[in-house]
Amino acid sequence: MKQAAQSVCAWVDERLGVSEWVEFARHKAVPLHRHSAWYYWGGVSLFFFLVQAVTGVLLLLYYRPGPDAYESVRQITYEIHFGWLIRSAHSWSGNLMLAAIFVHMFSVFFMHAYRNPREFGWWSGVILLLATMIFGFSGYLLPMNVLAYFATKVGLEIPHALPVIGPKIAELVRGGLEVNEFTVQRFFALHVVVLPALFVPLLGFHLWLVQRHGNAWPPAEEAKPAAARKTIPFFPNFLMKDLAMWLIALNVLALLASLFPWDLGDPADPLKPAPPGIHPEWYYMSSFQVLKLFGQWFPGLAGEAVGMVLFTLGLVLWFLVPLYDTTQLAGRRARNTSYFGLFALAVLVATTIWGYAGLR
Amino acid sequence: MNETTCHLDALAKGEGLFGRRAFVRVALGGVGLCYAAAIGYPVYRYLASPVEKAAALAAVTEVTLKDAEKLSPGSVLMFKFGPRPAMLIHHKDARWVALDAVCTHLGCTVQYQPERDVIHCACHGGEYDAYTGRNISGPPPRPLTAYRVKPTEGGIVVSRT
Repeated sequence: MKQAAQSVCAWVDERLGVSEWVEFARHKAVPLHRHSAWYYWGGVSLFFFLVQAVTGVLLLLYYRPGPDAYESVRQITYEIHFGWLIRSAHSWSGNLMLAAIFVHMFSVFFMHAYRNPREFGWWSGVILLLATMIFGFSGYLLPMNVLAYFATKVGLEIPHALPVIGPKIAELVRGGLEVNEFTVQRFFALHVVVLPALFVPLLGFHLWLVQRHGNAWPPAEEAKPAAARKTIPFFPNFLMKDLAMWLIALNVLALLASLFPWDLGDPADPLKPAPPGIHPEWYYMSSFQVLKLFGQWFPGLAGEAVGMVLFTLGLVLWFLVPLYDTTQLAGRRARNTSYFGLFALAVLVATTIWGYAGLR
Repeated sequence: MNETTCHLDALAKGEGLFGRRAFVRVALGGVGLCYAAAIGYPVYRYLASPVEKAAALAAVTEVTLKDAEKLSPGSVLMFKFGPRPAMLIHHKDARWVALDAVCTHLGCTVQYQPERDVIHCACHGGEYDAYTGRNISGPPPRPLTAYRVKPTEGGIVVSRT
């Protein structure tokens, strides 16, 4: 019996090289220092993505895009057993995934972990964040309720403000002059086919880079001699801790999804005025507030255009940061980058709070 | 395999069946099972929702076919008895017959052929008697289920026998 099992193992190993992976996992180590807690957030983001994939497929079993969209979500919420829970978990997990990605991104930024040789990890990560935000934007329309309708209407005003090509782009994305059932249909295609097809390979690339380069040491630790640095083995020690974090994430998600079930709202009706206090999801609140402020400071649509240009510029600088802050040692550029990160974080937090305060 | 070796290790170390290692192992396994059930049960019910709906529909015992008494002799009316296709035949001798329309061989929907006065299945050539539903030729292993038919004023009432 034992011999048979061993020969099967050997047969598989000869063809797939499993023992190489085991060997790799055995030697992989994770830095241990007082900032180690930040290493878990990429894994937490991945966990919520997996939850999205599973709950998303489950919702796909009953969801119908097009003119029937609201009715099918109503059936999922009120008629299918535990449909409310699956839908609530999908909505909450999407929000938690974005929150985890933000924590992950800022921790990577402040640990300067994007430096050589990890530039591609940073670039793929920023694109994954943007893709996740588009996931959020497109998924938000799918129930076709009042909030979804106006959020999409307002969201598509942003490309509309671009000179010359803007209106054409907005019309093509919308599939008409107003948000309608064709918009739902194409956002559906984007949300469940196009985005996953782009996201999954990019995520694979991102994770492969993590395996290739390992976790980055923060600069303060890197300055120490190698003998003074501590690590823990990836397998099983770090993996167990990672799984413990996943368990905490699962519990948080279960509590939120079941105690605060996601609201269905009223069906979208183009003839009904927008409800008072309507606002975007929290991850768009900052850009919403910035556009609103610039809109007040400049006449006409010029404010929106200026706001958009500044936002895009900030994003480009954010993206290109590995090309500016290249040195391994603490220096002027490292300091400037940290200040830039603090400034970006402060602007995001302040405008988000400002946005919510302005609703009352 | 691994389980047993670890277990034997524990025994060898003198920790025994009720040692700390065994206890932790059982406790973790139990908690894991609870999580699996807490996730698995809602997902199972979610997936099974349409099945339950169809099963509730299948529990019907009687169907009233409005205006079916106007069906001309020598013709057939296909209808749904719960979720299942069924057929109401008005024979040329004015007799009414209602039969399940799902072939007992491999589940195709059968058809009434008035010119030959038999029920035929196009999938594998099975044939049934158009009065009793008895399987008369081809692969079908069992007869078609016959329903009770009662012509009334407003229509025809078909019920389980």
